[in-house]
Amino acid sequence: MRVGVVTFPGSLDDADARRAISLTGGEPVELWHASDDLRGVDAVILPGGFSYGDYLRCGAIARFAPVMDQIITRANQGLPVLGICNGFQILCEARLLPGALIRNQVQTFTALDQPLRVESTRTAWTSAYWEGQTITIVLKNGEGNYQADPDTIAQLEDEGRVVFRYLGNPNGSLNDIAGITNQRGNVVGLMPHPEHNVDPTITANLDGRPLFTSLADYLLGATC
Amino acid sequence: MAIVVVNVMPKPEILDPQGKAVTNAGKRLGHEGFSVRQGKRFEIEVGEVTPTVLEEVRHFAETLLANTVIESFEVCS
Repeated sequence: MRVGVVTFPGSLDDADARRAISLTGGEPVELWHASDDLRGVDAVILPGGFSYGDYLRCGAIARFAPVMDQIITRANQGLPVLGICNGFQILCEARLLPGALIRNQVQTFTALDQPLRVESTRTAWTSAYWEGQTITIVLKNGEGNYQADPDTIAQLEDEGRVVFRYLGNPNGSLNDIAGITNQRGNVVGLMPHPEHNVDPTITANLDGRPLFTSLADYLLGATC
Repeated sequence: MAIVVVNVMPKPEILDPQGKAVTNAGKRLGHEGFSVRQGKRFEIEVGEVTPTVLEEVRHFAETLLANTVIESFEVCS
């Protein structure tokens, strides 16, 4: 299982994402923002950080990086794509996911161990959880406040596309939304950082691991 | 050389935490009646202002300068 992790100028958590892939049995593959070569990967992770310094809007410039054309095309064909934090912002800017992330209502950078409820296991990245499971994942951002128009929110709820919900809303996100998926379930974006909750030498909380192990199950199913 | 200005504002129904922070700072300075919303202004140098150029600027604003999910924009020349 080859999982690509894109490095943009200003990405911070690309190395952690690659380590999380290794620790959960995958082969991490470095992808470069300026190349449109996806190097034959089976899935892609857009990592956290501050791509292009968050200039203009978070993710707005990264969305037009050469690597993104390929990712958008392949995601629309079913390639599993996970966007974490800045990666989620990029997926929204690329319109692979609806809505947008704006500045936290609390007007501060938020960094905490955030309790979440897993709302959907019918995605490429969440089948190893169970629905209704409570997990705690590191959350750290200044612009994690999920907003969309009422029709979009209703559609996400009706179609069961809210994947993670905050228990105790830290930033003003509508409907306590922490993560969502596309209609097909192959693209998932979330603000919390599961790649920081995978390594027993760093933390006793390994609640992020199922995101990475879910992918193996999904790819196995997809090739059968 | 001419300049086309694009103004981008958060949509009225979208929260504007930055504007709110500025509003509150204004209150501390004694400006009680003011409510601020914060946007962005882009000045774009173009060769000359023609309908074609303005249309191109509009396209530029729609695809990059503004995220129309949360922001509105106007092109002024």
